[in-house]
Amino acid sequence: MSATDVTNRLQEAEMEWEERTLKPVLKKTPESRQVFTTTSLAPVERLYTPNSLPDFDYETDLGFPGQPPYTRGIHATGYRGKLWTMRQFAGFGSAFDTNQRFKYLLEHGQTGLSTAFDLPTLMGYDSDHPFSEGEVGKCGVAISSLADMEVLFDGIPLEQVTTSMTINAPASMILAMFLVVAEKQGADWQRVGGTLQNDILKEYIAQKEWIYPPRQAMRLIVDTVEFCTKEAPKFNPISISGYHIREAGSTALQELAFTLRDGIEYVQYCVNHGLDVDDFAPRLSFFFNSHNDFFEEIAKYRAARRIWHKVMTERFGAKSPRSWALRFHTQTAGVSLTAQQPLNNIVRVAIQALAGVLGGTQSLHTDAYDEALALPSDEAALIALRTQQIIAHESGAANVVDPLGGSYFIEKLTREMEEGAFDYFRKIDDFGGMIEAIDAGFPQREIQDSAYHYQLAVDSKDKIIVGLNDYVMKDEPVQIPLLQIDESTAKLQAERLAKLRAERDGKRVAETLKALTDGARQGHNTMYLLLDCVRAYATLGEMCDALRPVYGEYQEPAF
Amino acid sequence: MADERIRVLLAKPGLDGHDRGVKVIARALRDAGMEVIYTGLRQTPEQVVSASLQEDVDAIGLSILSGAHMTLFPRVVELARQAGLDDVIIFGGGIIPDEDIPRLKELGVSEIFTPGTRMEDIIAYIRQHARRAQS
Repeated sequence: MSATDVTNRLQEAEMEWEERTLKPVLKKTPESRQVFTTTSLAPVERLYTPNSLPDFDYETDLGFPGQPPYTRGIHATGYRGKLWTMRQFAGFGSAFDTNQRFKYLLEHGQTGLSTAFDLPTLMGYDSDHPFSEGEVGKCGVAISSLADMEVLFDGIPLEQVTTSMTINAPASMILAMFLVVAEKQGADWQRVGGTLQNDILKEYIAQKEWIYPPRQAMRLIVDTVEFCTKEAPKFNPISISGYHIREAGSTALQELAFTLRDGIEYVQYCVNHGLDVDDFAPRLSFFFNSHNDFFEEIAKYRAARRIWHKVMTERFGAKSPRSWALRFHTQTAGVSLTAQQPLNNIVRVAIQALAGVLGGTQSLHTDAYDEALALPSDEAALIALRTQQIIAHESGAANVVDPLGGSYFIEKLTREMEEGAFDYFRKIDDFGGMIEAIDAGFPQREIQDSAYHYQLAVDSKDKIIVGLNDYVMKDEPVQIPLLQIDESTAKLQAERLAKLRAERDGKRVAETLKALTDGARQGHNTMYLLLDCVRAYATLGEMCDALRPVYGEYQEPAF
Repeated sequence: MADERIRVLLAKPGLDGHDRGVKVIARALRDAGMEVIYTGLRQTPEQVVSASLQEDVDAIGLSILSGAHMTLFPRVVELARQAGLDDVIIFGGGIIPDEDIPRLKELGVSEIFTPGTRMEDIIAYIRQHARRAQS
């Protein structure tokens, strides 16, 4: 029997099933709703069969793991050779406090570090700046100079533990501080591994922590890519992030499309600067959200790999397979956690984390159950880590490569994600690129619309959130201990900064800052100049200020 | 006669950029027929109060998700009262621990809406308490 005959026979069989089996059932017991949708409000069918996947071709659509188009993963052995990196995002209070938390997590089996900075640091303000009032150490660690960074990584060998740093607008300043600490530990930059988020485009789109305007900020990013390629080749200079896009309210498809389109923009800017794509693309990494809808998330990750392979080969002509393979970190969806009945969040996180693993993530952060209320307590942070260990060692999910590959539903969703992302790419290309689309407010408006429609669906109970809009408890019995951050970090930081400014060589600081301003104006690579500023103990705020006259400041247009 | 629609100023004091919630609320209040002025991100308490005076608003809604609410909410209330905005209600939202709410109310914040609040509950609250709604 030919392939066409088989297809025809299956279509007939499905129609026959609908007539004979399905219709009587629907007549007797109608389904509970007209349309079933994912968390992203995308409709899904009742059933998926080979008929859902016309023209499906195993070799071109899936292939084998470790081979193009990487749908089934980037490693031939999946997690059988090496588990994902368990990398819990942590940071609060002073560098002393966070250094203790880092050591606590490493002692309990965590395998990599991930640093959360406080808002003043993320915005490039020193802890004693007037804008920092009330914010110091609150949602991350306060880092104002090399002196703080030395404390943060005290006793942690940077050549052995890889470190991720979630920092964007002042990413190159923080990278410079990190590398000088490594230098002082005697570590070889060629061997220091880690990841800098350094993804400014999603800041304009979603997270909104910026300093300079987009095109100027891109110069700093190209500098870090060029620098790392040469001087710190094991460091990932950008982690292209969909996480915050999703948290801001996008759908899974929008997260995927905007993130990969941001990736295209970075690659294009680096290529335009004269870098060879295969010299830097292998070090680009991605960062995705894992939300509640299990299958939609898994499809998103699988589609991401397939799309990136296509983009790198067809759009950029990359020749190295290392440039084609999309590596990513996953974090469970903070926005999905509820302040109501917070212990339920442990279950949500477990399901989301499992989706990340079945999607083939390279590293994973599991949220702590108390994060809708405060920063994680020690106990909550530990349960989050244990969740990953249970998935790794007890669930069986790590035994088989891409265990859901071949599921009609998963393959159909993966295909829809891919097609939808390329539709968005075309729209953004029509604007002239991602920065032009951002100027026009396109991704921002798309996300706002999705956020609003999702809220309407929750308010109308079209989407049930357990404990929030259904199964609500009037008097919740559970009291959980919360981590409190008081104003003592602000006081400590003010004292440390005063001491630093009094004791350092002021003349050297002024000279290195002037060299930074002048060098940036002349188009020199700013990373080398920043390293000099850091070695002289210039503060984060001073370095950011030194570039303001050259780059200007971003003002968000009203949408 | 002047427009009798309720006028609400929504603001994000402090440094955090989490504007999903405030933008959803802005749209919900507009859809409910209110006049909404959204200040954008990173407004100082001084800027929030000055904009409220200029815009002659009935209510000020503040959103903070960074943990700086105990510093910034009371500051806005204090400056608003100094500026003579005595009958303007000031409400807040964000990641605010339950135990902070009584203290914020003592300091003059009229209501706090935490995650999970329905949009229509916020609309109903403003309709019930805003000056223009009562006159």
